[in-house]
Order: sequence, then structure tokens, then C-alpha cells
Amino acid sequence: MKHAATTRVLILVAAAAFVVIGVMRGEVGEVLKKSIRVCLECIGIG
Amino acid sequence: MKKKKDGRWAIQSLAALATNSHLIGFFGEKINIYKGSLKSACVPGLNCYSCPGAIGSCPVGSLQAVIAGRKHNFSFYVLGTLALFGMLLGRAICGFLCLFGFIQDLLYKIPTPKIKVPQRVDKCLRYLKYLVLAVLVVLLPIVLTNNFGMGAPTFCKWLCPAGTLEGGVPLIASDEGLRSRIGFLFYWKAAVLALVLLASVLIQRPFCKYLCPLGAFYGFFSKAGLWRMRLDEAQCTGCGLCEKKCPMGVAVRQDINVPECIRCGACKKACPTGAIRTTYGFRDQAPAPSQPDLPRMKGTTT
Repeated sequence: MKHAATTRVLILVAAAAFVVIGVMRGEVGEVLKKSIRVCLECIGIG
Repeated sequence: MKKKKDGRWAIQSLAALATNSHLIGFFGEKINIYKGSLKSACVPGLNCYSCPGAIGSCPVGSLQAVIAGRKHNFSFYVLGTLALFGMLLGRAICGFLCLFGFIQDLLYKIPTPKIKVPQRVDKCLRYLKYLVLAVLVVLLPIVLTNNFGMGAPTFCKWLCPAGTLEGGVPLIASDEGLRSRIGFLFYWKAAVLALVLLASVLIQRPFCKYLCPLGAFYGFFSKAGLWRMRLDEAQCTGCGLCEKKCPMGVAVRQDINVPECIRCGACKKACPTGAIRTTYGFRDQAPAPSQPDLPRMKGTTT
């Protein structure tokens, strides 16, 4: 049981670390750049 | 017996409104999308960022946008965000927060004869969503690139019915320029959307069960996530009402925390003895001390 709790904490910490690394690599800008324009593929234009 | 209320519909409505609160996008002079900085964050559910009301980014679209770009073949930011969502809420996102899940729930309310998919077919079809995740969301956007090294969001382009419904329909209906560019792709996506919507009237949550890559990803956290379900076998009479009411067809008495469970609470609501509970936390709850081993629940709540 303790093992399961530790695993959960570790996964959460790893996930948070991933977010921080992603922010540092500039991925947030890439997401923003794509999402503020109409995504033609998403709406079926091309 | 008095019907128990769970308030799920209220939460689903509020979540739909909250993630699509840029209402001026629908009713302005010209229909257009929100362009503010909130869009740098992903929302938990499948919600197209080209929907005029969307104030956040679709996580599946964002993942493809990053990995299909020239700079990265892996997105720490989106995968980290998805893992956080998965750990904190898991597939409860499908049951409570996803707009497209909510739309399917509403469509299934239409009183028509319903279809029960044969068990063997159903079991095979459920693996499709993992294939969609692996191939359309991850593999093809990385591998199929143009001369500039840019890939395409293959899932959004060829399959996602949420993008067609939430983004395509309002934008194309209001923009003459976009309408003039309609071609094969739009007709294909419209056909996929029509098929999914029609199937949703006849089958409960067909897109979530068979095709949704986001549901497939969140399903990985069904046992590790903080939000789990617990069946107390001492209180279970084996009536099977829980399984009858489950919209996702989960064999509740066999293993309650399977990847298919969307934590909607239908089983809990149906249980006449209160044997099913929701638990939230890091530690698994120990079985009642008077009970012997519960082998079927091993690894889930003990």
C-alpha cells in the first residue's frame, strides 16, 4: 500500500517536471501559436 | 425508492460553458476564435481550439502541433499536462468535463431503440482507440513530413469529429471565404461526424469507447490515478445492477478500476446496498478487517 502511494507521488512529480521542462523548451509558445489561428485541418479545409 | 441525484449533468454543463466561455466568438459581427494567452494552456477534455467559444487548447491538437513541428519530436509540456490531468482526475474527465462526451450523453437521451454491440465485436473495437492514439496522434505527425520538416495533425485532420462540429460547422457557416474552399476533406470529416452523432443516438458513448485517443491516454491512469472506485465485496449481493447501468459496459464485479471506467458514478447510484464507493487519495484503502482476502480486487483497492 505504501508502495502504491509512493508510486503515485513519483508519477505526479515526474508529470510536473515534464511541464516545467516543456515550458523551458518553449513548447508553450508553439501551442499558443497553433491555437490562436483557425486550424484548417481541424475544421476540414486542409 | 427515491432516485439518487448526482449532479453530473450540472457539472458537464458548467464545464462545457467554462471551456467555451468566449461567447462573443459566436455572436460577434463575424464569427471568430479567441486569440488570448489562455490558449497556451490545455483544457482537460477534447475541445477543439478552433471552436469560436474555446478559451483553452485541445490537448490532442496541442500534442500534434508540437510533435509535428520542426523543433521537437516529443512534447514534455503537453504530455506532462496530460499526465497531471490523468493522475488528478483520470477518466473522470470523460465523465464530467469533456464537451464531446457530454454531447454523446445528450444524444443517447433521444428516445429511440438502442443497439447492444455484441460482446466480441465490442471488445475488439475498444482497442481501436489505442491504435488511433499511437498511429494518428503520435506516429504519423512525426513521420509524415513535408519538405520543410513539418508534419500534419493527422487525427484532427482525418478523424476528429469534435473539430468538425465545434470549429468547422460554425466557422464555415459564417465565412464565405472558408466555404469556397470546401473539398473532399470536409465532406469526409462531415461524414465521420454524422456517423459518430448517429451512433451516439443508438450506442452509449461510441466515440469514447472506440475512437477517442484522449480517453485511451487517461485510461492508463485508471489504477494509478488518485480518483478510484471501490467495490466492497462484503456488501455486494451480486445483483448486477451496477453492470446493467454502466454506460461504458464495465464488468464492475470483476474489476472496477479498468481503463474503460469514466467515473460517472452510474454503478454507485444503481447499487442498492451502497457497496460501491468513490475514493480519492494517494493510499489504497485497506479492506474491512473482518473480511478475508479479496482476490478479485487485488491491486485496485487493497
